[in-house]
Amino acid sequence: MTSSTVTIPSAAVNDVHSRPTLLSIRSVAKSFGRNRVLRDISLEIAAGEFLAILGESGSGKTTLLRIIAGFETPTSGELCIEEQRIDHLPPYRRPVNTVFQNYALFPHLTVEANVAYGLRVAKRPAAEIANRVAEALAKVKMTAHAKKKPSQISGGQQQRVALARALVNRPKLLLLDEPLSALDANLRRQMQIELKSLQREVGITFVFVTHDQEEAMVIADRIALLRSGALEQVATPREIYSRPATSYVAQFIGHTNLLSGEVRAGIARCAELSWPVSLPEGPAQFSLRPEHVRVAGLAAGPNSIRVRVRVIDRAFHGASELIRAQCAHGLVLLATVASGSLLGNEVELEFSTSDALLVRESPEKS
Amino acid sequence: MFSRAYKTLVAVPPLMWVAVFLLVPYGLMFCYSFWSVSSLQIIVHAWNLENYKELLEKPVYWETLLRSMWIAARVTAFSLVLGYPLAYFLSFYGGKRKDLLYQMVIIPLWVSYLVRAYAWKTILGSDGVLNGLLQYAHVTTHPLEFLLYSPFAVVLTLTHIYTPFAFLPIYAALEHIPRTLIEASHDLGATPAQTFWKVIFPLSIPGVLAGATFAFVLSLGDFLAPLLLGGPSGIMISNVVVSLFGAAYNWPLGAAISLCMLLLIVSLLFFSERLEKKWSFS
Amino acid sequence: MKPDPSARFRWLSVYAISVFVFLYLPIAVLIIYSFNGEGVGGFPPQHLTLNWYHALFADAAIWDSVLNSLEVAFAAMFIALAFGMPAALALDRAQFPGKALFRRLVLLPLILPGIITGLSLLMLFDLMRMNLSLLTITLGHGTALISVATTEIFAGLQKLDRSQEEASLDLGANYWQTFWRVTVPNLKLPIIGAALLIFTLSMDEIAVSFFLIGRDNTLPLEIWGRLRRGITPEINAISAIIFVFSLVAIVVWYRLRTRAEGNVAVGEELVETAA
Repeated sequence: MTSSTVTIPSAAVNDVHSRPTLLSIRSVAKSFGRNRVLRDISLEIAAGEFLAILGESGSGKTTLLRIIAGFETPTSGELCIEEQRIDHLPPYRRPVNTVFQNYALFPHLTVEANVAYGLRVAKRPAAEIANRVAEALAKVKMTAHAKKKPSQISGGQQQRVALARALVNRPKLLLLDEPLSALDANLRRQMQIELKSLQREVGITFVFVTHDQEEAMVIADRIALLRSGALEQVATPREIYSRPATSYVAQFIGHTNLLSGEVRAGIARCAELSWPVSLPEGPAQFSLRPEHVRVAGLAAGPNSIRVRVRVIDRAFHGASELIRAQCAHGLVLLATVASGSLLGNEVELEFSTSDALLVRESPEKS
Repeated sequence: MFSRAYKTLVAVPPLMWVAVFLLVPYGLMFCYSFWSVSSLQIIVHAWNLENYKELLEKPVYWETLLRSMWIAARVTAFSLVLGYPLAYFLSFYGGKRKDLLYQMVIIPLWVSYLVRAYAWKTILGSDGVLNGLLQYAHVTTHPLEFLLYSPFAVVLTLTHIYTPFAFLPIYAALEHIPRTLIEASHDLGATPAQTFWKVIFPLSIPGVLAGATFAFVLSLGDFLAPLLLGGPSGIMISNVVVSLFGAAYNWPLGAAISLCMLLLIVSLLFFSERLEKKWSFS
Repeated sequence: MKPDPSARFRWLSVYAISVFVFLYLPIAVLIIYSFNGEGVGGFPPQHLTLNWYHALFADAAIWDSVLNSLEVAFAAMFIALAFGMPAALALDRAQFPGKALFRRLVLLPLILPGIITGLSLLMLFDLMRMNLSLLTITLGHGTALISVATTEIFAGLQKLDRSQEEASLDLGANYWQTFWRVTVPNLKLPIIGAALLIFTLSMDEIAVSFFLIGRDNTLPLEIWGRLRRGITPEINAISAIIFVFSLVAIVVWYRLRTRAEGNVAVGEELVETAA
């Protein structure tokens, strides 16, 4: 099974590989009975980075998070924080804190008492507790609600309190288990931005689990895409979008046209499309993003392939529209056009051959 | 779902039953408590406060009531001590057998009171099983008298009977605690022991209050166990009432005591409910 | 939470087992001694025999009382369900002044000691110049057990999916039809469960019956009478039989309940009623 460690030097904003590793996940596997949920996961998470663990339900992402937090023990493998093994430690001895999906605020304690919980348990002096709690509440803008009970504040506010409660302990690693999934779309977008800037501000390593690929792209320095318990690709959002490693990644992240065919004698043939490539012979799959498929202009660019299509469907996406169009022999293509473009029923589309990326087929998961 | 009229109409038959068979009888009890009984054993409907005066003046009633409350308090305490850890064990460590274990607790709950009280009678008597065992094992040479016909026997039997009663609401409360709260507590650095006192126990208090209320109220009003096992030193307030309705034939006085008991119990329920609301956080 | 293989777990399980032993040992002893040739007490049990059971089966008075108990139990079951069902419906769906008081009144007999229910009814029957008999016992049981019926059916109603009823109305059925075609069938299990529970409780009931007894005894009262005269192992035998029947009835009731809704609910209404 694949294991990925990132070594690609990228033009990412966060120069992740130059930072020391905080968390090492080495060959971690987890089975529940005969059900193999995680297979041989190895990952190095750098100090101060914002990593998103992305995957569908059943991919094992929550299990991985719980293993890092200490609520599950791996069937095999190790976890190290700054070279110290932690996989045998119970959750209350790990320098890790979690923001739970349903926030898990203590209903019988006020907001303030909730945030102070970890510090009280650690028996910090009262003055220190008061200071740190006030600071944490201010950071999440919940100071005005300090004396309220969780039942008296909204979902979004509860989420901030959960965040403060975790951060006030200054953990080395903060885990977030789909914390924004219960919020409505607008609030979610707002929180994504706030989370990102919060992370920059406190400088703590965030590991964020989500099934929403747009969210992962917006918020993360790096994305680890999990599928059926194994890492499909680990890369920056830009990388993962423009250079997907496998067909699964290409389809999972954003829209794409997945063209299956074969390469013979230097020509790739996929259904009715063909273009020259310098690739070995054999079956091949190509990922072509809709934004690279345009309505053909007057002048054909170099390496551009054209095809006549019949427009089947137009979906309005605000600034642009996504078109589904069918070629003469049945192949359906997705293309992006500007909103409001006038198109007849029949159009000619074109794309550049360099935009058709070869992708690996993902190995079959048993 | 129904139209308003139907919905309200539906309440009428039970309301009528409740009115006839609950409200009227309580009202009667109220009235009787102000009447008296003549020397000819006839109940005289002359309104007076004699019964209440008697209750306040004669120490025997107070003593019996206090003794009954002390017995009920002990039963409650023991039931909680037995019931809480049991509920905790089932809720957090029950695992796959949780359902089976739960059934095992509620079976004694609904099995005949009489059967269970009788069982203890056969065990605790001087010719009983326990004494027989102790003598057989040469632990004692003479039967232990205090085992039966004593407050000890009453407390023991009532604890046996009401522990499942105490267990039920505690278990329900513990089951209601979302397990993520416990994970959150661990995540924030609290050990399991700290988690119990800071999170689990506070959230289980409504269940504890309900269980304690049940055990206390039902033991307080119990008359069967004292009759079977209490002996002269184990008489409880309900036994006094029973004899007033029986051989001692003074219904009005009995009604007065019953009414006091009813008021006491209702106040207890009221306070217990207020406390439970205060401690309930869902 | 996974079982924690630590000392804590071990202590807790030892404690839990001890409590279970405490709960079951007396009954086990009672059953064992029903086979004891030597009688009710002493140790160890010897001469295992079925004599007491033979004596029991030949005992006419016991069987008369069993019959009486059955009559009372069935009648009480009907009364409790007939009044408990509308009470549960009213509590679940209706809004009327005094609803809270109504709820407390209906549920009161659950938590009040039997002596109060029994005595107050005795005074009522005396006022009505009614002779004490199986009828008065039946009325007493019915009154006490309406609360059980209400609680069980109410719990069933709460778990009912309202959208089913709304769908029925949407498809053209009126309220009456919807009630019989959708609501009641969904309440089948809670109703059967409630019936079973009420039946069992009535068969075992002694505290309220104590005050309302006329010439005919119910089974518990018959046993009680004999106890006053002296203990015989025959009583062990009948107690053992009662235990077995109750056990079966309760297990069946529990299975019905969990099929309908999940097992925590049983304790919940008791929390409710104590509140």
